[in-house]
Amino acid sequence: MAEVLVYVDHVDGAVRKPTLELLTLARRVGEPVAVALGSGAEATAATLAEHGAVKVLTADAPEFADYLVVPKVDALQAAYEAVSPAAVLVPSSAEGKEIAARLAVRIKSGIITDAVDLEAGDEGPVATQSAFAASYTTKSRVSNGTPVITVKPNSAAVEAAPAAGTVEALTVSFSEKATGTKVVSRTPRESTGRPDLTEAAIVVSGGRGVNGAENFSIIEALADSLGAAVGASRAAVDAGWYPHSNQVGQTGKSVSPQLYIASGISGAIQHRAGMQTSKTIVAINKDAEAPIFDLVDYGVVGDLFDVVPALTEEVKTRKG
Amino acid sequence: MSLRIVVCVKYVPDATGDRKFADDLTVDRDDVDGLLSELDEYAVEQALQIADEADDAEITVLTVGPEDAKDALRKALSMGADKAVHVEDDDLHGTDVMGTSLVLAKAIEKTGYDLVIAGMASTDGTMGVLPAILAERLGVPQVTLLSEVSVADGVVKGRRDGDTASEQLEASLPAVVSVTDQSGEARYPSFKGIMAAKKKPVESLDLDDLDIDAEEVGLEGAWTKVDSAAERPARTAGTIVKDEGEGGKQLAEYLAGQKFI
Repeated sequence: MAEVLVYVDHVDGAVRKPTLELLTLARRVGEPVAVALGSGAEATAATLAEHGAVKVLTADAPEFADYLVVPKVDALQAAYEAVSPAAVLVPSSAEGKEIAARLAVRIKSGIITDAVDLEAGDEGPVATQSAFAASYTTKSRVSNGTPVITVKPNSAAVEAAPAAGTVEALTVSFSEKATGTKVVSRTPRESTGRPDLTEAAIVVSGGRGVNGAENFSIIEALADSLGAAVGASRAAVDAGWYPHSNQVGQTGKSVSPQLYIASGISGAIQHRAGMQTSKTIVAINKDAEAPIFDLVDYGVVGDLFDVVPALTEEVKTRKG
Repeated sequence: MSLRIVVCVKYVPDATGDRKFADDLTVDRDDVDGLLSELDEYAVEQALQIADEADDAEITVLTVGPEDAKDALRKALSMGADKAVHVEDDDLHGTDVMGTSLVLAKAIEKTGYDLVIAGMASTDGTMGVLPAILAERLGVPQVTLLSEVSVADGVVKGRRDGDTASEQLEASLPAVVSVTDQSGEARYPSFKGIMAAKKKPVESLDLDDLDIDAEEVGLEGAWTKVDSAAERPARTAGTIVKDEGEGGKQLAEYLAGQKFI
């Protein structure tokens, strides 16, 4: 069976969930060979093996942390040359897409980004994507070179599938360009203790109707009762009520959770672009005419300051 | 010495319109109005601010697209860019990101540059990979997804806010930069700017001018193929209730029924 390279997104050896989802999809098109780079790369092996990696190629060097993107492209290219895979799969993070894109240019291959599903096809892997704010579903494939495909979080269920996961050191010689963009300093994001927005199974978002930074505590309380991530519309972010890192929409994060709860969000096209592929959509809004109600599975026309706290209480009671 | 800035912009179908695919599965440009991609306005704005800080700078705005794409160039010129380059060729219809980046890279090299600035993504394809690909093709550093950017003494610095960390980046020119919508509100063109834009030069280039073969671009030259595009079925009408004191409770009931609680 053909091998498929899977780029591993991890933080000091802790594999992020989208990579495990990627391994599930990779098994549909071949035998997953994982590529883990940087500090803690070898520590990822056990988790990757549990989820289907037959081999784990690892490399660590200061370049991965000290310079932007290119050292990782050099390493992924080295893995590509060592393995000759049938496809290269990369999580659709901002950095993942840039790494994938540069690799694609180097190996003269087409690239597909933000796939939401992947199947084996007669002429190589077929990727499903959402287009035009998720108003279209397209099926595409790479017609030149080795398919390079980035996959969005929440596109597949994480499945255990124990495999050998043999660790092999990857030899990387960095290109002259690898040190072009220096990372002068890095400030880790403060953890809120809540799940990551793009990975969360449930997202609770607030918009203009929340009417003030201090009122976001109501949204946070509901999120915490459900174990959810907190999102915000652009209006709320532009008003300074919530950080941009939590913005859902065309210019923010694109989310695809099992459940999306929009509170005080009208549902402009820019917001819909970032959440329309959510499995179940719920909205709470005073305005019965708000476009968000066209999308919902369940909507409550009412004041979020009444409905959200009542819902939070009810969730807490039911969860005991 | 003059700082040569090239801003890459895209003419896109208006997101508030009814965007569709044409029969050949390329973007239908006939049935919906086009405009300068909103995210590229931020790139133009940062170019203008960087030029203001420089002793001497020239901003060229560059696009690849059909005749109508001149509208996007005019908008950027009316914001304050100095001149424009429009790559237009019938053989470009259906070009994918690989082909577009090839055309842009050749046009940028022909124009001459110290700094290339782009938006974080287009509002139609939304891939967000073009700036990185341009850097790869041009063989210069990428300083991408910046929410803050400055240029001084031949060095570009910026802040990149990632998923897990915020990073301060630095690279020597020439370089490719992309900016996010957090980089600063884009200015509106003034009446004076709009009038001045009409007199600014727009250079037209075709594939021959850039030594690119027709086979390298267009639908046939694309390295990806769209096999099908289906309109997503409208969501079936959901249940909508009016809150008369029990809205929260009813919603909890629904969520419990769906096993979310």
